[in-house]
Amino acid sequence: MDIEDILQRGQQQVAQATDLRALDDVRVEFLGKKGELTALLKQLGGLDAEERPKVGALINQAKVALQDDINQRKELLQQQELAQTLQADTVDVTLPGRQPQQGGLHPVTQAMYRIEDIFTGAGYQVVAGREIENDYYNFAALNIPSHHPARAMHDTFYFGDGTLLRTHTSPSQVHTMEQQAPPIRVICPGRVYRRDSDLTHSPMFHQVEGLVVDEGISFADLKGTVIDFLQRFFEKDLAVQFRPSYFPFTEPSAEVDVQCVHCMGKGCRVCSHTGWLEVMGCGLVHPNVLTMSGIDTEVHSGFAFGFGVDRLAMLLFEVDDLRLFFDNDMRFLRQFA
Amino acid sequence: MKFSEAWLRQWVDPTLERDALLQQLTMAGLEVDGTEPAAQVFSGVVVGCIEQAEQHPDADKLQVCQVSDGKETFQVVCGAPNARAGLLTAFAKVGAVLPDNFKIKKAKLRGVESFGMLCSASELGLGDDHNGIMELGNALSVGSDVAQTIGDELPLDDITVDLDLTPNRGDCLSIKGLAREVGVLNNLPVSYPEIVPVANQSDRILPIQVQAKAQCPRYLGRVIEDVDLSRPTPLWMSERLRRCGLRCIDPVVDVTNYLLIEQGQPMHAFDLSRLNQGIDVRMAQPGDKLTLLDGQDVEIDADTLVIADASGPVAIAGVMGGAHSGVQSDTQDLLLECAFFSPLAIAGTARRYGLHTDASHRYERGVDSQLQEAALQRATQLLIDIVGGKPGPIIAAVSESDLPANTTVTLRQGRLQNTLGVEIDAATVDEALARLDFAVSVRTENDAGVQWHVLPPSHRFDIALEADLVEEVCRIYGYNNIPSTVPQARPPLATVPLEKHSEVQLKQQFVRLGFNEVITYSFIDPQWQLAFDPNCAPLQLTNPMSSEQSVMRTTLLPGLVQVAKNNCLRQQTSGRAFETGLVFLPQDEGLVQRPMLGGVLWGDRAVEGWHENSSPVDFFDAKGIVEALCLWSGQEASFKPMSDGVLHPGQSAEVVIDDQVVGRVGLLHPQLQAQIDVPPVFVFELQSDVVLAKVQRRHQSVSRFPQVRRDLAVVVRQEVPAAAVLNTVRKAVGEHLVDIRLFDVYEGEGIDSNEKSLALGLTLQSQTTTLSDAEINALADAALQALQQNHSARQR
Repeated sequence: MDIEDILQRGQQQVAQATDLRALDDVRVEFLGKKGELTALLKQLGGLDAEERPKVGALINQAKVALQDDINQRKELLQQQELAQTLQADTVDVTLPGRQPQQGGLHPVTQAMYRIEDIFTGAGYQVVAGREIENDYYNFAALNIPSHHPARAMHDTFYFGDGTLLRTHTSPSQVHTMEQQAPPIRVICPGRVYRRDSDLTHSPMFHQVEGLVVDEGISFADLKGTVIDFLQRFFEKDLAVQFRPSYFPFTEPSAEVDVQCVHCMGKGCRVCSHTGWLEVMGCGLVHPNVLTMSGIDTEVHSGFAFGFGVDRLAMLLFEVDDLRLFFDNDMRFLRQFA
Repeated sequence: MKFSEAWLRQWVDPTLERDALLQQLTMAGLEVDGTEPAAQVFSGVVVGCIEQAEQHPDADKLQVCQVSDGKETFQVVCGAPNARAGLLTAFAKVGAVLPDNFKIKKAKLRGVESFGMLCSASELGLGDDHNGIMELGNALSVGSDVAQTIGDELPLDDITVDLDLTPNRGDCLSIKGLAREVGVLNNLPVSYPEIVPVANQSDRILPIQVQAKAQCPRYLGRVIEDVDLSRPTPLWMSERLRRCGLRCIDPVVDVTNYLLIEQGQPMHAFDLSRLNQGIDVRMAQPGDKLTLLDGQDVEIDADTLVIADASGPVAIAGVMGGAHSGVQSDTQDLLLECAFFSPLAIAGTARRYGLHTDASHRYERGVDSQLQEAALQRATQLLIDIVGGKPGPIIAAVSESDLPANTTVTLRQGRLQNTLGVEIDAATVDEALARLDFAVSVRTENDAGVQWHVLPPSHRFDIALEADLVEEVCRIYGYNNIPSTVPQARPPLATVPLEKHSEVQLKQQFVRLGFNEVITYSFIDPQWQLAFDPNCAPLQLTNPMSSEQSVMRTTLLPGLVQVAKNNCLRQQTSGRAFETGLVFLPQDEGLVQRPMLGGVLWGDRAVEGWHENSSPVDFFDAKGIVEALCLWSGQEASFKPMSDGVLHPGQSAEVVIDDQVVGRVGLLHPQLQAQIDVPPVFVFELQSDVVLAKVQRRHQSVSRFPQVRRDLAVVVRQEVPAAAVLNTVRKAVGEHLVDIRLFDVYEGEGIDSNEKSLALGLTLQSQTTTLSDAEINALADAALQALQQNHSARQR
């Protein structure tokens, strides 16, 4: 019998197979149904019963040995093939990726939503309003009768029929107080309009006004709320100071200065070297305003505050010219996406 | 209001450095807007007397003057037209140093030697006047040092402070008021100048009657005869006025301005000879007209309080006098007016006439109603000191009952503490009220604390309510001494509607779709408005800032297209922008302020890259966005061709939801596009509330059985809308159609020119069974049959 011979040839051919197909051909040639080693097994019947098991065992040993070789070779060839595929599929990973187009919110909107998030977290409701108002809601109900000198502080856009573009979002406060009994805690964000246009003024801008009416609301509560808000909005432990001021719809009234967020009070261009930024007005709701809206001033008191969102957005995003917000240059807007 | 720091300090001088004083004012609610040096340093300038002035031999415009300093006489060449013999002026001697370190040396002008220089006010940093040399008046002694003379009155290192006063602090619109306030803040007494009544030296009067008593509770007049208006205003007065931002006009105006600044009392002077018979203070009558001091002719409306004589109005009360009755250089006899007009009578008047004067500014905010007599006495004294003359008796028309009476206001300690949120002891309040000069008529005390019954002084006409007193105590106590607390609240849990998106979510949806948010003006150019909404008369502003911002938009499209245009001009050739906001629709039933959302797409669909070719956006990009938004809100929109003149008639559609037109989408009409000179842009606009509605999602079970795809290609006439074909298939196949895709539209070779081929991919699936081949074929056949029936379609 030439088992050894066949095995040697088989092993030789396995070693020479250069791809998986050639290797499989070798397997068929030796181990397949009509393979040489298989054929030997078929010839076993012609042997002595004594020799048969011995030879059979030898043949099987040869088959196992060859199969082992094949498996090893196969493993090797597979790895080579994989390596080739990987090589062939290699891309330049530094080529730019396929990005989905990304839009973005306007920076003023982002600042506005930041403000809304801060207040709604404390149970404030967000109230939207109309932008064209009548005299009563924009002025009279806020303790600003016609001819009041304070009207000169609000350069108002008028329509022929006596209606006007709201100069602040305070009318929303009045609507709220008319429709809702205390306790009230709302903020009123939105567009407002004043006849003013320069580096720091736009005839259209954005305001947020806050209103809290409840039992026992005090000036100390107002201070705490305003300070908390400013520190949270800028995420900085900023000093805040209150200066007496005048708004017809609040008393006492205050202007609020916050430590300059840019130089932290050292003095810089942003704060005109004062170390302070004037950012909002506030006060306790004037008794006349509460009374006009049907609220008993002996039981309830309230505070209100208001500020320009555009100004806060300028400080937050370090924008140095207000007009950029209304220019809508895509190169500007995409920076905030 | 502008004031001189040095002047203020002559009345009350707290031991505060300049910056600290300014800071104190700001922190007291009198906001310092800015400061500037009131004067500049100079030396070696004396009062010189021009003894002789002769024409320069070689120069038309120069004179050769002989100037005395009281000891010697110097030859000085001078170019000022007002250089004349006898004039006392500022003489800078050789060696003098003028502002900006300008040194005076001996010089030769056109061959004539000059020993020094005669100075104008501007050359000494004493104002803008450079029309001539200073005219110093004869009260000064020749040879005295000018810098020292001025400095003795008000130091040269003084500053002019610009205060931005809130409308409630009319009481601080004077040196007197500011001094009073600074006194309150520092707990210091104020030295007010003594006002001594001036005895009358003649009996001359002019009849004065007041018809409008409520509007003018007090009107005082005084005749001054025989004044000499050629005399100059003295340096001390003109310098004080100048440092408060007022120019010198003539001695009479300067004195009335001086009273305005010093006492806060506006005054007016008439030329007595130009007043016909007497004064009547009344409301305007029909036909009243007046030429004002500034030359303006005005028709006077019935709401205006006027000072009239027998011929008609001679002044708009509290605002401005008339030109005819005003003081002229040759005026001999004057009538001085010093009145208290009610703020309500004057408020708004100046603005109605487009005027704003120092007088109206004060009367609108309120003037101390008890001030007039003292002010008139002081004015008389100052005036006769300068221009001489004989004052007559004070003519008074007073209606006591119409004068504002400050009423008693009660302050409760408990209320004060609750309002401010801090314990304030009674002694602190006592002191604050005393400092403010608020008289306490009754002071009671019980378990709830002390009650003060307070009578505010006449200059604090803004105190009417307890809250006003709370504010005053708060101011004195110090805003920054009040603690900070956070209001206690038990807010209810938030309501989050199931069937509504928030605006935040809507905007974020746009962001996901690749859009940048823009904010455009609500008022726009009427021409753009007309181009985008030709059938609507928009709301018009009566006082726009410019014609480009004069009408209220009725659509968001003009703003969005403008954004595309501006960006293209800046080489931003591709972009997607959206805006949400109100549009303003004048309708029969009234104005509708409707929230809308809109978008604009221009340029290429995708950013240029190595992996794909860029192609321009088209109608279906815009439509796809609208579809995506509607789908997000859970609603299906249909699209109907339209023609509105604004969008391309072949590439625009109305967006219809539930049979309601809720918006539009399309390509800007080429004509409009050319008109406004912008590259092609696709736009859409929808009513926000439609998209903000959210159809509540409910689970539908996903089939466990296999789905089968069947493709159909059918040929239909060109004009058959694709949407109709899809609908027919949906209807014919019914519930087993889980998806349908229109994946090809073919026109061209092999198809008739008036036909098109549509390729449809149907995905079929049953909830309950595996569909058999026979069932699938039957469904496909049903689709084909219906297509044939409804659209004469044939299979390709």
